[in-house]
Amino acid sequence: MDGNAAAAEAMRLARVQVISAYPITPQSPIAEKLADFVAEGSLKAKYVRVESEHTAMSVAIGAQLTGVRACTATSSVGLALMHEVLGVASGCRLPIVMAVVNRSLASPWSLWCDHQDSMAERDSGWLQFYAEDPQEVLDYLLIAYRVAEDPRVLLPAMVCMDGFFVSHTPAVVLVPEQETVDSFLPPYNPANLYLDPDDPMFVNDLTPPSDYTEMRYQHKVAFEEAFKVITEVQEEFFRLFRRRYSFIETYKCDDADVVLVTLGSMSGTAKYVVNELRAKGYKVGVLKIVVFRPFPADQIRNALKHVPVIGVMDRSAGLGAEGGPVWIEVSRALSGLEPMPKVAGFVGGLGGRDLAPHVIEKAFRNLIDIKEGKIEMRQGSKWIDVREDAMKIREVKVNV
Amino acid sequence: MRPSESFPKVKYLYGPVATIFASTKTGSWRILRPVIQQEKCTRCGTCAKHCPLDVIEVDRGNKEKEVVIDFEYCKGCGICANVCPRKCIEMVPERGVK
Repeated sequence: MDGNAAAAEAMRLARVQVISAYPITPQSPIAEKLADFVAEGSLKAKYVRVESEHTAMSVAIGAQLTGVRACTATSSVGLALMHEVLGVASGCRLPIVMAVVNRSLASPWSLWCDHQDSMAERDSGWLQFYAEDPQEVLDYLLIAYRVAEDPRVLLPAMVCMDGFFVSHTPAVVLVPEQETVDSFLPPYNPANLYLDPDDPMFVNDLTPPSDYTEMRYQHKVAFEEAFKVITEVQEEFFRLFRRRYSFIETYKCDDADVVLVTLGSMSGTAKYVVNELRAKGYKVGVLKIVVFRPFPADQIRNALKHVPVIGVMDRSAGLGAEGGPVWIEVSRALSGLEPMPKVAGFVGGLGGRDLAPHVIEKAFRNLIDIKEGKIEMRQGSKWIDVREDAMKIREVKVNV
Repeated sequence: MRPSESFPKVKYLYGPVATIFASTKTGSWRILRPVIQQEKCTRCGTCAKHCPLDVIEVDRGNKEKEVVIDFEYCKGCGICANVCPRKCIEMVPERGVK
């Protein structure tokens, strides 16, 4: 099954009870599959047809407050339209789990993959997981429910997959038995805020400056707690399902001179390129970031402290910043190391452009050249796959 | 010829914009082509009235003049074939049309 099908399957296994989704390419198959499950009776849930993503998230918030597992999924401008209510979900500490199928933001209008949609929400107070393939989509969703709903965390979670590269590309997915999932994921128990006429609460009321900072601080502490909880849940997931996950995945980093940091589907291509370059004698490796929120700075620092040259591939432009957002955060995580590694940023794979092996290899060659002292590391992210005629692609003739 | 025409100035636009309208000829989308049996057709004009692209030309009541479809723009949606009261429009796969 493809990534979208894996997401719908995970949500069925999690026994979600209210679904409010608005279709958007490339997320639509999730919304459709969940509707099929409800229609055929294999998922006992209420499917609410909403008129926008803002409403989809608002309905999910209301539903989750009544004490059920609410369910939605979106992409791109749909996620952007949710922006306001994403903060309501996280600020009210509602553990809603959402699949995000990464697609670039307008304009230019594009249906295709990059990470700007979810990167734009990196400070919305949601947990963020990035899946490399459909199996990880299913597994991270199940893990996300457990982490999000843990009373020490109580944060909503996005499980992100690359549009089309993961969402529409079929792969073998091991779907666990319902009973095993039930033992991993008990029915939702609202541990914090809820709506109950017999025990009334006024949720999301106006908060004066005397309390706002403290509630934000509680939110920050939840992310710190999430480190411990995610580790515990990944351990239990391994015990039950025999697939081991961590905050990061390192591939041939132990003796590496040069490592590329990746996110999502590009990681598989990068591992392939590592094998090709290793066959030619280059000591290269890949570090895939699985959990982006909370940002695993310690884990990244520990894994890369011996590596002299590190590259970070951003699949979003980081407009107006010195470079892409992942590069900025990885650079920060590694600062203060003695000796300080060189951390080069790359921007590539925007708007559906394939991060093909030759593009990843170009990034590695750049890093190897920096390592061998052949070139200086440039400040800011290098656009690795931009065409040379970028400033001249729309030529018009003007009569004076 | 004025000098500006022989040496047109060039400038570059930034962002998503098209100045060559290559994809506006919607006929390239067509998978099925409406084929009209001109002898059976009464020139009632129902197809032209329903055509969402307004690309069917009918001289109403004039059997002498054939019904003409502008295939540069006809998408092959098949509405004409559905609404035809005489059932004299057939949707034929494009590759089968000579």
